[in-house]
Amino acid sequence: MTSTQSAASGMAVSRPGRLFSRYAEPLALPVVWVALIILFSALLPGSFLTAGNFSAMFSSQTSLLVLALALIVPLTAGDYDLSVASVAGLSAMVIAVLNVNHQVPVLVAVLAALGISVVVGVVNAVLSIAVGVDTLIVTLGMGTLLEGIVSWIGNSTTVTGISGNLVRFVVSARFLGIPVEFWYGIVLCVVLFYVMEYTPLGRRLLIVGRGREVARLSGIRVKLVRSGALICSAGLAGIAGVLLAGTTGAADTTSAPLLLLPAFAAAFLGATTILPGRFSAWGCLLAVLFLVSGITGLQQLGAQTFVQDLFYGAALIAAVVLSHAVRSHRGQS
Amino acid sequence: MSEGAPAADHAPLLQATGLSKSFGGVRALDGVSFDVVGGEVHGLLGANGSGKSTLIKILAGYHHLEAGTVSVRGEAVPLPMDPGRPQKLGISFVHQDLGLVPSLSALENFLLGKIATTRRGLRMSWRRERAAMLEVLDRYEIELDPRQLVRDMRPVDRALLAIVRAVDGPGRITGAAQRLVVLDEPTVFLPRAEVARLFALVRRVASSGSSVLFVSHDLDEVREITDRVTVLRNGQVVLTGATARLSDDDLVEAIVGAKVSVSAFYRRHQASPSGAAIEVSRLNAGAVTDVSFTGHAGEVIGLTGLLGSGYEDVVRALAGAIPVRAGRLRIGGGTVELSAWTPARALARGVVLVPGDRLIEGAVASLPVTDNMTMVRLHDFVKHGLLSRRAMTGRAAELAEAYDVRPRDPRLLFGQLSGGNQQKVVLAKWLQTCPDVLLLHEPTQGVDVGARQQIFATVRAAAGDRVAVCASSDHDQLARLCDRVLILRRGQIAAEISGVELTKARITEECLRSSRERAAS
Repeated sequence: MTSTQSAASGMAVSRPGRLFSRYAEPLALPVVWVALIILFSALLPGSFLTAGNFSAMFSSQTSLLVLALALIVPLTAGDYDLSVASVAGLSAMVIAVLNVNHQVPVLVAVLAALGISVVVGVVNAVLSIAVGVDTLIVTLGMGTLLEGIVSWIGNSTTVTGISGNLVRFVVSARFLGIPVEFWYGIVLCVVLFYVMEYTPLGRRLLIVGRGREVARLSGIRVKLVRSGALICSAGLAGIAGVLLAGTTGAADTTSAPLLLLPAFAAAFLGATTILPGRFSAWGCLLAVLFLVSGITGLQQLGAQTFVQDLFYGAALIAAVVLSHAVRSHRGQS
Repeated sequence: MSEGAPAADHAPLLQATGLSKSFGGVRALDGVSFDVVGGEVHGLLGANGSGKSTLIKILAGYHHLEAGTVSVRGEAVPLPMDPGRPQKLGISFVHQDLGLVPSLSALENFLLGKIATTRRGLRMSWRRERAAMLEVLDRYEIELDPRQLVRDMRPVDRALLAIVRAVDGPGRITGAAQRLVVLDEPTVFLPRAEVARLFALVRRVASSGSSVLFVSHDLDEVREITDRVTVLRNGQVVLTGATARLSDDDLVEAIVGAKVSVSAFYRRHQASPSGAAIEVSRLNAGAVTDVSFTGHAGEVIGLTGLLGSGYEDVVRALAGAIPVRAGRLRIGGGTVELSAWTPARALARGVVLVPGDRLIEGAVASLPVTDNMTMVRLHDFVKHGLLSRRAMTGRAAELAEAYDVRPRDPRLLFGQLSGGNQQKVVLAKWLQTCPDVLLLHEPTQGVDVGARQQIFATVRAAAGDRVAVCASSDHDQLARLCDRVLILRRGQIAAEISGVELTKARITEECLRSSRERAAS
């Protein structure tokens, strides 16, 4: 057939160009990340290029990483969950209030927090999938509602003094010199990567997100898959809350909700790398590390705190615009 | 019904003379002349490809003409026209989709043209606009709540709103009292009982001096509502005359082009003594009511009918794609109630559907061929708890070879393939499940000629030991592919064609005439 011939010859003619566009996009983020590290290490050998700094960079944003992981599950199934950050805030506050104000053992408090998070996920799923209200609106409302509840049960203050056991379990203990919470994040990445790439469930999640009617007519139980994704997302957000509470030994009403947009930034930035166009656990990890490295370096160079927002926003826009450009260039060739 | 031909002394509202138009060397219209006079309901009939759509597009000003003239109230109209020009000349169109915005109110839809084009005024008086709309509705004796959302309105009310807007909406110019409204198959999605309300409105429009060009496939409706008809075939006018003087046979013969037998051709299907592989009993779903038929292994059954007859709902219901109100399916020695049917259950029972819309329902364009082919058999590829990508790609490559998908590489995205190769992928996806019943909806839509032959061959081969049911509006395809064809009319089986009778012309003819046959039998 003529079309196959021309496609084959086109491939032969522009092979270097094809190779470039094939690998440029997935490798762009890791390459830029390494370049950033080299740059800051050269500029700041005394502060940036130290074991302590790298250990802090790797571990300090684990709750952000887990929130991004929570987002990519429903995102892959085609749904936005805007309540994840508030669920994390609720989870942290439940632990603090139970453990500090009511002297509940910290393990019980953590289990209660995770249980409540899953319940929130179930409510999200029932409202948006069984009742049929737009997921975006349901989770937006739920997020705002939960922020109110967090302020209510926390008396609008920071509750400090969570059991040292939790703090030890999350940050004080170290493995290979890095606080264990980083390794929890890695474990979650492995689990999520395995489920999304190597199980029929993960394929179904992807197909539901890409073509809901195709999925339905292929016998996939679309509502079940979407509900499961929302519940899983809330559960992961609950874990992020446990990490937040354990990192500082306290819970407040404001810091968790501020993680929502950075988590989305990490999820979408991660989708430009590895397998471009797909949300992936390793992409999230890479994106979070990239963002943290950039911000840490800039702050050590003397930038003020607002550089964080500047960097998050600019990096996301730049990455998405570039990957769009690469893709349309590939489409033309 | 209106009486006979209109008075000849009226100057024609619309006069078309010698219209000719070709597309890429194919003559779509060849010297077409006809006219529509004031106060007349004029029917326009013709099979698919007869030039009907081209003619309507010329009147709407889309195309320029190679020869001929169009004049309105005696004045020649230069073609093509700007989009707003027909409206100014007093010609408006109501297409099948009605052009309404479902999430807006009746009043907002009524004013849509005005809102879109007005250049004056910063403020609308909703009270005044509502009063004006109610006055128009009153004049045509229609009861509608201007505040109701179109989404919540009954289908017939939507159609009435669209027609009233076209006839007497705020966009009309005050000078021209006579208007021409082109109704392009306005009734296909309406229940029979409600068509009467639409016709009452059409009559009121005509009695006010305006004219209606009524485009339809439905002979009953054309006979009921029109004063005169024009029939197109192969781009030429083959018949024009007063409706009352024409018989059904005259019309069918003009449309189909062959001399057809006057005697009724209607045979009840005789259940084969050897036993059916499937038996569908009293299926009620979508537009379909009480449809029953049997199918035998090795048989390809065609389902067709006019738009709105519900033929495609039969296959979609049997696959669980649309909800079923009632019905039973006997398959593989058991009988299932279809009211709780889902695609997953259908698949488990060996019933699969190759859907009509490849890119929305058949496969995911943004995923590789591999994922699209394997999505229904994912459990085959789990090894030691891991989904084996290599096994998936291997299976997809085998299927691509077996079904001649080009290019062979299953790592390509589905959306990168041509229409014919996409359809082969969807066929392969479903046939690897070894179904007992293969349901097809428009299997060769948007497929090139070569691939079309391959798809026919694939379906015929697949039907060797299973039942295949093909719902299609492509009568040529049905004649080539099927052993027998069931023709639906208003949601019910009205005729069956098989054996030597099974030709394209015969199928078209039965689609057009079958309601009368059924009423007579």
